[in-house]
Amino acid sequence: MTASPAAPSPTQGAKTRINDFSIQVATVNGSGSQTANTVLLRAIFQMGVFVSGKNLFPSNIAGLPTWFTIRASAKGYVARKASNEMLILMNPETAKDDIAKADVGALVIYDEPLQLDKLRSDLSCIPVPFQKLVTASCPEPKLHKLVKNMIYVGVASRVLGVDMAEVKKAIAKQLKGKDKAIELNQNAAMAGYDWAMENLPDQDQVRVVRDNKTQGLIIVDGNEACALGALFAGCTVVGWYPITPASTLVETFIEYAQEYRIDPKTGKSTVAIVQMEDELASAGVVLAAGWAGARSMTSTSGPGVSLMSEFIGLGYYVEAPGVFYNVARTGPSTGLPTRTQQSDIELCAKCSHGDTQHINLYPGNMEECFQFSYDAFDLAERFQTPIFVVTDLDLGMQNWSSKPFDYPTKPYDRGKVLNQQQLAEAQDWGRYKDVDGDGIPYRSLPGTPGGKGAYFTRGSGHNAYAQYSEKPEDYLAVVDRLKRKYETAKTYVPKPLFRNLGSDKGLLAFGSSNPAAIEAQDILAEAGLKTDYLRLRALPFTAEVDAFVQEKQVVYLVEQNRDGQMANLFRETYPEFATKFKSVLHYDGHAIDAKCIVDQITAFEQK
Amino acid sequence: MTTPTPASPANKLGFTKQDYVGSKSTLCAGCGHDAITAQIINAAFESNIEGYRVAKFSGIGCSSKTPAYFINQGWGFNSVHGRMPSMATGASLANRQLINIGVSGDGDSMSIGTGQFVHAVRRNVAMIYIIEDNGVYGLTKGQFSATADKGSSLKSGAVNELPPIDPCTLAIELGCGFVARCFSGNPKQLGAILKAAFAYQGTVVLDIISPCVTFNNHDASTRSYKHVKDHDFPLHDLGFIQYSEVEDVDIAAGETELVTFPDGSKVAIKAIHEDYDPKDRFGAMKAIHESMEKGEFLTGLLYINPTQPPLPDLLNLVDEPLASLDETLLKPSPAVLDDIMKALM
Repeated sequence: MTASPAAPSPTQGAKTRINDFSIQVATVNGSGSQTANTVLLRAIFQMGVFVSGKNLFPSNIAGLPTWFTIRASAKGYVARKASNEMLILMNPETAKDDIAKADVGALVIYDEPLQLDKLRSDLSCIPVPFQKLVTASCPEPKLHKLVKNMIYVGVASRVLGVDMAEVKKAIAKQLKGKDKAIELNQNAAMAGYDWAMENLPDQDQVRVVRDNKTQGLIIVDGNEACALGALFAGCTVVGWYPITPASTLVETFIEYAQEYRIDPKTGKSTVAIVQMEDELASAGVVLAAGWAGARSMTSTSGPGVSLMSEFIGLGYYVEAPGVFYNVARTGPSTGLPTRTQQSDIELCAKCSHGDTQHINLYPGNMEECFQFSYDAFDLAERFQTPIFVVTDLDLGMQNWSSKPFDYPTKPYDRGKVLNQQQLAEAQDWGRYKDVDGDGIPYRSLPGTPGGKGAYFTRGSGHNAYAQYSEKPEDYLAVVDRLKRKYETAKTYVPKPLFRNLGSDKGLLAFGSSNPAAIEAQDILAEAGLKTDYLRLRALPFTAEVDAFVQEKQVVYLVEQNRDGQMANLFRETYPEFATKFKSVLHYDGHAIDAKCIVDQITAFEQK
Repeated sequence: MTTPTPASPANKLGFTKQDYVGSKSTLCAGCGHDAITAQIINAAFESNIEGYRVAKFSGIGCSSKTPAYFINQGWGFNSVHGRMPSMATGASLANRQLINIGVSGDGDSMSIGTGQFVHAVRRNVAMIYIIEDNGVYGLTKGQFSATADKGSSLKSGAVNELPPIDPCTLAIELGCGFVARCFSGNPKQLGAILKAAFAYQGTVVLDIISPCVTFNNHDASTRSYKHVKDHDFPLHDLGFIQYSEVEDVDIAAGETELVTFPDGSKVAIKAIHEDYDPKDRFGAMKAIHESMEKGEFLTGLLYINPTQPPLPDLLNLVDEPLASLDETLLKPSPAVLDDIMKALM
C-alpha cells in the first residue's frame, strides 16, 4: 500500500455510499475477464443488493480493450450511471486514459507497475502486485492470465466488504461442472482477498452491506429471456443467420430446445432450426413456415432487417405470419456492432417498400422479453403478418436482475385457420375476404385434405379470392383492409404503463430507456419538476397513448437515436400535436443514463 | 374434382387428368414453359399424386408464373425474385408431408438466386427444383441470363462474352442426389424423369431447356427451338416404375439398368448413345463438360443417388408435421419453467 486511500478503521461513515455505487473494470477482450466480472456481480447480488452489469466490449475476438460496469443500487435503479466510485484498471493500454477520466475521489485498483498514483493525486489509489500473487496462487503459467482477473475480484471484495463465501458460491455457479477450474479460481480470489486483508486498511467511501432486495430474483439477459418466451410459445421453425448482438438469442434457444423440445415417445425433435446462408433466406424460411402453419421466428439486428425488408413486405402483403426479433445495435451500416442504440424504430415500423405498417413490441425488462415473445407468436398468427420484437444490445446481452417469469397459462391463439370440415362447410370462402369486419381474413393451411381451401399466394396484386388482379378496386380493397387490420391490432398489443406523479408534463420512453427514464423522473421530481411517465410497449399506438398525447402540454420523448425516430412516428400519427414532442436523445453507443435525460429536460424547461 | 367419364380415365386415386390442371397460361403462344407445365400435370396424374399435399413455389419471371397453371388442388406461393428455395425450405420443414415443387428460371436461379439455389441443394431440401432455362430474361424483354452460352447473341445483335453457369454440374458438385437435364420439346423423356422426381426424397434438380419463342428463338441463338433440337443428345431411354407397380412390370434383363429408390420404386435406364453410368458422379461431370465443349446438350438422368437423407431426417424431426403439433407437446410444463428459473437465481 503506497498511497493512502482513506482513513483507516471505520467501515461506514456519514458519507459512505452503502449499496449505491458503480464499479468500472477495464480489461483486455478475450482475457477471461467476463467470468471474473460476472462473479463479482453475482456475489454482490447474492448479498441481497440490486445490481446490474453492462459489458462495453469491442467488435473483436481478443486483444482489444473492454470495460465492464457493475452498478449496485439500494433504490433499485439499474440504468448505467455516468459516474463510477471504483475503477479496476487491468489494461495497460487504456489505464492512463481511464485514470484521466476518473471521477474525483474514486477508488482505483490497478497493477502496481503501472504507477498510476503518479498521474493524479485526487484519487484513492490501490496498487496491487498482481504478478506476485498470480505466481504464488497458480502453479501453471499458461493459466496466469485467466487467474489474474479473479485476483481483482478478491481484492475488490475485501475493499467493498463483499462476503468471500458469496464469491466462492458465485464462482462455483459460473463454472458449474468444471471442478478444477472452480478450485483454481476460488484460490485466486482468496489470494487477492488475503493480500488485501493484510495490506489494505478499511475504507468508508463505498460499502456493500447485506440486504434482502434480491431474494428470489434471477439474473438473466434479454436474449435468453426472449429465447425462453419462444420456447414456451411453441416455436417450431427457426431460420437464422449469426449477427451480433442477436446470435445468442437463437443459440440459447437451441440449448433449451435440445433439452425441452424432444418428443419423449420418439426422441425426435419438435422444432426445426436451420442456420441459413444469409438473412434473406432466414426471412424466407420464417414466412413460408408460418404460411404452412408452423410457429416460426428469426433473430437478427439492423443490417439483417435491411436485408430481410423485401421479404417483410411480402409477408405483410400476402399475410404470412412470423416473429422477427431485432436486437438492435448502433447503426447506420456496420456501425458499432457491439454497442447499443434504438435506431431501427422507423425501419421496423414500416419495413419494406410500398405502404407497409407493422406490429412492433418493445419489451422494457426481462419479464417482458419473455412474455412479449410468448405473445408475439399469438399476434403473428392472429394477424397473419410479420411481428417485430424490438430489443437492443443493452436489453439483449447485458445482465439484468428480474423477478422469475410467470408461467404463461394463456392457451396459444392459432388465429383464424379453417380446418378440413370448416372449409367443406364454408360458403364462398375467399382467402382475403373480410368476413368479420376486423380486417383479418380466414386462411387455410397447405396440406389440408378434402379438396377445398387451396389458394395461390402471390406478392403481386390479388383480389379477395387470391386471384391475380391489377384492377384498382381489387388493389384498394386489399390494402385498405390491411389498414383496418392494423387498427384492430390496437386492441391486442400491450398497453402502455404509467408512472404518474400528477403533472401536465409528459415523459415518454420505451424499451431499454426505461430504467434511466424512471431514475430521471425521480431526480427531476426531487428538483421540483414533476412528470407523468408513459412507457410505450407497442405499435400501433393504443387508445391510452392517444389520451396521453392529448392531455399533456408537452411530451419529453426519450430515445436512443440521433433523429428522434419515435418522435417522428408520433408527429406523423398526431400531426395536430406535433409541437408537443420534445426529443431527449442519447446515441453514442453507450446505454442511456439518467443524467443525460435530466440535463436535456432541464434545458428545455429553462428555455 | 370432376366426375370421371369414359373419355377421361381416372388414376388410382380416382382423379382425372383434369383434376391436375391449373388456370389458363398467360405466357406467349408456343412457350416451352407451357410444354413443361403439361408434363407436370401428366406426371402428377400418372404418379397418383394427392393434389392437396402439393405446395408450389416460385420466384419472379416467366417461369415463376407457371405454378398457377398446374395442380389447382395444391397451394401455391409466388414469392420474391431468387428466393423461392428458402420458401420451399421453410414450408417443407413446417410440414414434411408436403410434396414441394419449385419452379424457377435461369435468371431467378442462376443470377439473383444463385446463393439460395446452392444452399437448398446443399441441405437436400425435399423438393423438385425445376429450372425452366431459356438463357434469357423474358419479362423484362430479352436481356441475357447467366446460363446464356458464350458467343450467343440477342435479337438486338449484342453478343454474350461471358461463360455460362451450368445448373447441372453445379448441383452435382454440391452433392445433389438427383440431377437431370431435359428439353421441353422431348415430352417422353421429361415425363419419365418427372415421375421419378415425385418418388425421390431429397432435392431434385431438373434443368429443362425451354426455348423462349419471343426473345431467344432466332438463328444466332444457341437456345432456339431448332438449335436445341439439333443438339439434343438423349443419354438413355428412361422408364419409371412406381413402387406399387413394381410387381406387375416385366423388366427386360441385360441392357436395362435399374436404380431402386428407398420406397421400392425403380428407374429403368436403357442407354442409347454411350456407356453412361448415372451413378458415377465423377464420370457424369466429365461427360457433361465434354458435351458442353462440343456445343451439345446431354439430356436425361445425369446423376442419381437415391440414398441421401433429406433435410427433415438430417434434423431428426418428428414424423408428424410440425405445423400440426399440439400445444401439449410444444409447451413445457410449469415445473420446467420453475427449474429454469431456479438455475438462473
